[in-house]
Amino acid sequence: MHGTDTLTEADRLMTVCNSCRYCEGLCAVFPAMIMRQEFPDGDLNYLANLCHGCGACFYDCQFAPPHEFKVNVPKVMAQARAESYEAYAWPRAFSGLFARNGLAISIIAALSVAIFIFGFAVVNDPAVFFGVHTGPGSFYVLMPHNSMVVLFGAAFLYAIVASIMGARMFWRDIGEPASTLREPQSLWQAMKDAGKLRYLDGGGADCSADEDATPDHRRFYHHCTFYGFMLCFAATSVATLYHYLLGMVAPYPWYDAPVVLGTIGGIGLLIGPVGLLKAKLKRDPDMQDKERFGMDVAFLAMLFLTSLTGLALLFLRDTSAMGILLALHLGVVFSLFITMPYGKFVHGIYRFMALVRYARESHTTT
Amino acid sequence: MADLTKKYDVLVIGGGNAALCAALSARLEGASVLVLERAEKFYRGGNTRHTRNMRCAHDEATGTLTGPYPEDELFEDLLRVTEGETDEELARHMIHESKDMLNWIVEQGVRFQPPLAGTLGLGRTNSFFLGGGRAMLNALYNTAARIGVDVLYEAEVTSMDIEEGMFLSATAHIDGKDETIRAGALVAAAGGFESNIDWLKEYWGEAAENFLIRGTANNQGTILKMLLDKNVQQIGDPTQCHAVAIDARAPKYDGGIITRLDCVVFGIVVNKHSERFYDEGEDIWPKRYAIWGRLVAAQPDQIAYIVFDHDSLHRFMPSLFPPIKADTIGELAAVLEIPAETLEKTVTEFNGAVVDGTFDHTILDDCHTDGIEPAKTHWARRLETPPYYAYPVRPGITFTYLGTRVNKEARMIMDDGKLSANMFAAGEIMSGNVLGKGYAAGIGMTIGSVFGRIAGREAANNARN
Repeated sequence: MHGTDTLTEADRLMTVCNSCRYCEGLCAVFPAMIMRQEFPDGDLNYLANLCHGCGACFYDCQFAPPHEFKVNVPKVMAQARAESYEAYAWPRAFSGLFARNGLAISIIAALSVAIFIFGFAVVNDPAVFFGVHTGPGSFYVLMPHNSMVVLFGAAFLYAIVASIMGARMFWRDIGEPASTLREPQSLWQAMKDAGKLRYLDGGGADCSADEDATPDHRRFYHHCTFYGFMLCFAATSVATLYHYLLGMVAPYPWYDAPVVLGTIGGIGLLIGPVGLLKAKLKRDPDMQDKERFGMDVAFLAMLFLTSLTGLALLFLRDTSAMGILLALHLGVVFSLFITMPYGKFVHGIYRFMALVRYARESHTTT
Repeated sequence: MADLTKKYDVLVIGGGNAALCAALSARLEGASVLVLERAEKFYRGGNTRHTRNMRCAHDEATGTLTGPYPEDELFEDLLRVTEGETDEELARHMIHESKDMLNWIVEQGVRFQPPLAGTLGLGRTNSFFLGGGRAMLNALYNTAARIGVDVLYEAEVTSMDIEEGMFLSATAHIDGKDETIRAGALVAAAGGFESNIDWLKEYWGEAAENFLIRGTANNQGTILKMLLDKNVQQIGDPTQCHAVAIDARAPKYDGGIITRLDCVVFGIVVNKHSERFYDEGEDIWPKRYAIWGRLVAAQPDQIAYIVFDHDSLHRFMPSLFPPIKADTIGELAAVLEIPAETLEKTVTEFNGAVVDGTFDHTILDDCHTDGIEPAKTHWARRLETPPYYAYPVRPGITFTYLGTRVNKEARMIMDDGKLSANMFAAGEIMSGNVLGKGYAAGIGMTIGSVFGRIAGREAANNARN
């Protein structure tokens, strides 16, 4: 007996697949399946989050629909994954709401904060808001540095706490002991597997958009997105150190580390999300969990907008548009933070943790 | 795009491994090639969809093979499974050519995987397709599209114009119309006739109604029949087919690999009268795998039940359908709708006859029975730990042996011993030339690829001259 219809179907599929095993060379899901004969909910959620959704098994499967066995692992795993995000979301009340209206909520949140900042500044002094400011500290003319730190520090902290709560729920659900997360061997293996997106390549054939093997380059675009995000994160971290340790106040010149890191990362965050969205639209609809389209797209959209507004701010920061661009950028970043624990962002956490478990299982069972 | 008004150099009938290897090979020789596949696109490839590996000779270990498999050893293996029913010259030729197949097929886009958990201990001899047979087919079809092979799906050939061993044209049903297609040479790679129940009935009688077909429903043998009617020499025993015992709940066609059961050794097998009928411990996999289909086919209503107890439940690879379960042998019989008292008696007698030993299902161990008929000569253990389980099984037909006779060029030989002017065959439709009996894992794919490649090349050369 399973908690949901999706998990019941996932169990049926794993039973079919476990009596075939032709796909064992494609990714981590099938070798992990082979280690089991029965599939309780926690294990199915683990397998669902281990699945990268490359789609190779769908096109390789002789029992895929229209065959009467209707084996569609990528789709059912995507559904189970999305349901698991909702189940692990903290606080629980936010999860269903976001799953249904992800994009709308993200955009509304971003605009609300931007308007709030905009309004706050204009009410205070319109001349300052629409004026031209240059040199160190020019951003803080519009919004005092300390207010910015309090607002975004709180949002960031909230994202971290909510994500950790979700991760704990996931780990508990799949029944893996906490000690696994302290194994350097498993952690290192998972970092390599995640860093290279080892399992998004269909066992070497690269993931494709259709049966005729048209490549969709999702791995490339995901790398742009992930490493772009990390570079932007690094840019913010370096800037924080500059501010507090070296007393250097933003904005920084174009050749300085925060700007260089942020610009390269920002370009990645323009190319990556657009490419991923394009691949998603091109992808075989038979394999997709269409109900979660909004949630998936929301995260891509927010990443793209974060980068777009950030780069626009960089290029136009010496003009009178700076005020409105800063307000927009801050709004988007705020929205990105607070929606992260409820959207597609969490896939990275659960996928990584699933890879850690898989690394542990692989070296303890062989 | 296929152009049915022109005369193609080579027409390939069929859409599986043999057909695609022939098409690619002919195209690589510069021929214009049309493939007529009877199935819709999803089901393209016939029984190749259900395969997983091929058995090719090789002199040393590779990234995906754990050790050498010399030509002589492969021939010895073939000789053993066929009990000598093979054309040695053809077989040795095929085995020699199989060596280069491992390279050629990779050049055609097919990927192999290293030996993993599920490769059944064949990691040295057999090359496993990454993702299985359908992945292999997708690779071949993609290459075919890239190099300009024309392919039509849902194109069933309904008749052929053949005069004195010379192919002139074929008529196919395409998009609701009958189209006549001319070609300089023919490669017939359209499989056997195992899906044609009426044809099977000619040899098996009404019992064939209860057979399950493990592969495509499209192997009706229509092309084979047309060729034999046009005086192509036949080869292989028409009355025989390769049959294994598979789950009786499997669909009539296309259940493939996942309906197989290999748990006979762990219990007893009874018929619908609740009686045992054969030594369940006679032989080790894969030999026992291949005899049980035939044994079940000989039982009333072509059904049997593998009965075992809880202790054995997790000792074998799981299959698609869960076993039928009951707390007592009597209740199990009731669920199976077979005589309960007889089943209880059968189990009691069997349990009483078991002589304890050291159980090891990977070797011919010393657990056997004493004083019952039929005996269970190995792996005999009492059925005594409830709950009890049963799998209903029926004969599952994999392929047939009847085919067209060919020479080393894959060229068909006519009844009068003359060579056909322009007709070639590859795959299951001619496998009886080298595999007259029995089966060795992956050998069907070797036959298909090697003779497909040869047939395509020869057909292209033939069309050119």
